[in-house]
Amino acid sequence: MTIYLSIILFLPAAAGLLAMFVPRRLAGWTLVGGSVLALAYAIVMLARFKTGGGMQFVTDDNWISELGIRYSLGVDGLNLFLILLTTLLWVPASIAMALRDWDRPRLFAFFMGLGETAVLGAFMAQDLALFVVFFDLMLVPFYFLVGMWGGEDRVYATTKLVIYTLAGSLLMLAAAVALGVMSTPEGGHISFSFATLAHAHLSGGSQYWLFLLFAAAFLVKAPAFPLHGWMPDAYRQAPLPVILVFSAVVSKVGVYGFLRIVLPLLPQASVHFQELMLAIAVVSILYGSVLAFSQDDARLVLGYSSIAQLGFILLGIFSLDPKGGQGAVMQMFNHGLVVAPLFLIIGYLAVRAEGRESLDWMGGMAFRAPVLASVFLIVALATLAMPGSSNFIGELYILFGTFQSKIVYGLVASVGVVLASVYMIRFFQRAMHYRVGPHVESGDLALGPELGVIAPLVLIILALGVYPNFLLHRINAFAPATNQSLVALKR
Amino acid sequence: MTTLHVIAAVKAPVIDYKGISPLFAVAGGAVIVLLAALIRGRFAQRVLVPFLTVAALGAAIGLTIWNWHTGPSKPIIEGALSTDALALALSLLFYITGLATVAFAWRSIALREAGTGEFFGLMLGSIAGMVILASSENLVTLFVGIELLSIPLYVMCASEVRRATSLESGLKYLVIGSVGSATLLYGLALIYGATGATGFSAINHAIGTSVNITDPLLLTGIALAAAGLAFKASVAPFHAWTPDVYEGAPTPVTAFMAVATKTAAFAIILRLFDQALVTVQVQWAPALAALAVITIIVGNVGAIAQSSMKRMLAWSGVAQAGYMLAGVVVGTKLGLQATAFYLAVYLFMNLAAFGVVIARERVSEHGDGIKALEGLGGASPVLAWPMTIAMLSLAGFPATAGFIGKFYLISATVDGNWAWLGVMIVVGSMISLVYYLRVIAVMWMTPLRIELPGRPRRPGREVRPVAGWSPEADPIRQPEVLLVTLVMAAATIFFGIVPSPLFHLAHDVGNSLATLL
Repeated sequence: MTIYLSIILFLPAAAGLLAMFVPRRLAGWTLVGGSVLALAYAIVMLARFKTGGGMQFVTDDNWISELGIRYSLGVDGLNLFLILLTTLLWVPASIAMALRDWDRPRLFAFFMGLGETAVLGAFMAQDLALFVVFFDLMLVPFYFLVGMWGGEDRVYATTKLVIYTLAGSLLMLAAAVALGVMSTPEGGHISFSFATLAHAHLSGGSQYWLFLLFAAAFLVKAPAFPLHGWMPDAYRQAPLPVILVFSAVVSKVGVYGFLRIVLPLLPQASVHFQELMLAIAVVSILYGSVLAFSQDDARLVLGYSSIAQLGFILLGIFSLDPKGGQGAVMQMFNHGLVVAPLFLIIGYLAVRAEGRESLDWMGGMAFRAPVLASVFLIVALATLAMPGSSNFIGELYILFGTFQSKIVYGLVASVGVVLASVYMIRFFQRAMHYRVGPHVESGDLALGPELGVIAPLVLIILALGVYPNFLLHRINAFAPATNQSLVALKR
Repeated sequence: MTTLHVIAAVKAPVIDYKGISPLFAVAGGAVIVLLAALIRGRFAQRVLVPFLTVAALGAAIGLTIWNWHTGPSKPIIEGALSTDALALALSLLFYITGLATVAFAWRSIALREAGTGEFFGLMLGSIAGMVILASSENLVTLFVGIELLSIPLYVMCASEVRRATSLESGLKYLVIGSVGSATLLYGLALIYGATGATGFSAINHAIGTSVNITDPLLLTGIALAAAGLAFKASVAPFHAWTPDVYEGAPTPVTAFMAVATKTAAFAIILRLFDQALVTVQVQWAPALAALAVITIIVGNVGAIAQSSMKRMLAWSGVAQAGYMLAGVVVGTKLGLQATAFYLAVYLFMNLAAFGVVIARERVSEHGDGIKALEGLGGASPVLAWPMTIAMLSLAGFPATAGFIGKFYLISATVDGNWAWLGVMIVVGSMISLVYYLRVIAVMWMTPLRIELPGRPRRPGREVRPVAGWSPEADPIRQPEVLLVTLVMAAATIFFGIVPSPLFHLAHDVGNSLATLL
């Protein structure tokens, strides 16, 4: 029993609350302080993490005993790097926020802090009801962040975002309650703990409809192909620091839910719906890639490419193969790590193109800003999973897993690997080479604020490219029990 | 045998004076308030009478807590009234709503036009009716309670005597309320006809033994009684009066009706269906489930198009009644607990919302329109936050009591094998996002920005205007409304994070009806 995770969990929210009461100028920096401190704690946690040691840093307390909801947190090979990713990426996001002058900065900082706490809570929770609480809580700060500081159509965008995602979340709420209640033996005390629920064996029929409700919530969040309607508006309208964390971190909560909840608790349904989910994954890959290729808005290039990337992750998960799962978790971390600097780069490009984020207004910047160009190139190559990058290993594992279980889907998905290089290279070319945009100003990355924020992320990408085993060793997507039951069911 | 002997042979009902003391406090309070209001002068009207009202309600709360007991019900007046945790807990909700209404009404036009004593006297009378209703033990006291509750409300709705819409609202409520009462009375008479008993436990006993559960007389009676109570609880399709009456009535009265009347209606629905008629649950549950679904859909869809906050809250109240009805349908102890829990939560979030509406409608040219809230987040966060919390809670976001309440209701439906009703609650919540979030968007995300006259511009920041801004817009000018609003919003958050105190209450309530499993 330790409160270690609780400290990481509530530090950002506390910093956000504190930011409400400091002078306006300091609000953003208070948030930065909180997120850096949370990152420091998370790094210490990583250092003390015992590989293969099961659930660690466990906190398990009663919260609402009448409903069987426990305040139960823990870290294992599945969520370790996702917690790290969250704390890591909130730092550049909050620095990017602090560097700009916003209307009502104190409230901005508060919601950013609350958002980090909610995301961390969803990753750490070891109780289904607690997970649902944090999963839904996430929406509140993002609703305000997009709605109050977004672009022209922000109210429309944020309403659409919340209605889409909360529709999914509410279905999940019903499913979660039903799962807990139906798993309780007659006369027993209700429990939502993942460990307890994994031992309850629901009938196939109940598993099927529960699966569909959970899948709706998680696929909306990701977003995956038919449920991505909120994405273009939200990506265009959200302020940059917000969309950075949303795309890099929040989108992972959905796919994480499949690994943490759906596969272990509903194994029979997971096998039953495997083909459906693989089909969604493959369609997402192809659809996202094709649309990413045809977008002019730089943010939408990343938005649609995220659909494709999350399609890969989904593919790995529903290969129902340990290798695929491991690749999926690795890819969650990798994708977050590359998408965050890409959004920062869009911000830097926009500053040099009269604030416009359209590719038509950029171009020809490589010679005038060589450092920016090389940073961009590194990140772009990592995104398209160049051999030698950690993303390459991740995608390879995913495809290995898929080939082993459903070879057809693996073959079609391989096309996505090629398409990724097509849209990323187009993105790079249009922004960096090509004709010089009409109002492009030259000027390389400023040494202090701009490079200071992005360089650490790029260094991590490079380091992981050299030593991807650092991730692979520690990641453990499926618990042994889950794996056994999946193997047994597949036969 | 002489007449004297007959009289001597009649056993006078035993009265437990300790048990009945809260009722004495409010009913006696009503009389005292009316008498005190005869004193002329500003002090008596502005201070003394409201103070006496608060004192009566405070005394009732104290006496209720003194009377608190768990387990099976204790008779107060044998065969007519009894107390149990259900009655006591829900009476606490009536008293709290009464206190909030005093604060809301203190500066209202209604109070000036109808007279302070009359207004508060009627309110206390109505609360007395609710208490009788919640603790009634037989069909006759049930009807007495519901009439005592309703008749003062008809008058209160019309208490802004110089405003036509207020009078219209009172009249409408009177006509429709009377139809509802008549339907209910007819139903009660048929239930009596079928079972030969008026006491709830006697009815329950009779249905189990001498009366067939498919007896058409009994079923018709149940249907009519359900329809009559559905009028009071504004359950669709008997809800049509709700938006009109809520909009026309003075807003403090609307708040009182929305919270207290609905709670009272659910008190008796719970008692009638889960105590007296629980043995025929198989017969009425599908019908009530259908009503719940219709109510959820109709309420949520109706709320979407509203531009008046009062009408919107009326429709949202219809939808919320649908959620709570789901807790009644399951007919289990867990369902009873969840419904009682949700009623308490419903009080907090609605009073917070109504407080803001009242504070705004007094100063804004848009009245209770949603436009009166435009830009409130920048101009007056102290009002915008409670409204935001109330809306998030009504929509069922976590970290608010509304989330826990919905969670509880859904788990009760699944536990009682009514999982699809739980899914309906969820579907309703999805639709409700459209209108709850619009209120938040209007307060925080309106793009309009101008400089306000006579206000020095703060450096580096423009002040966002509040539509229809006027000097009194300052919420500090209405501290009593602000206080209630803030307390209710704080309670919404507090019980969303630490719900145990409410759970203990709900648990006690759950033990009060011995008929449930």
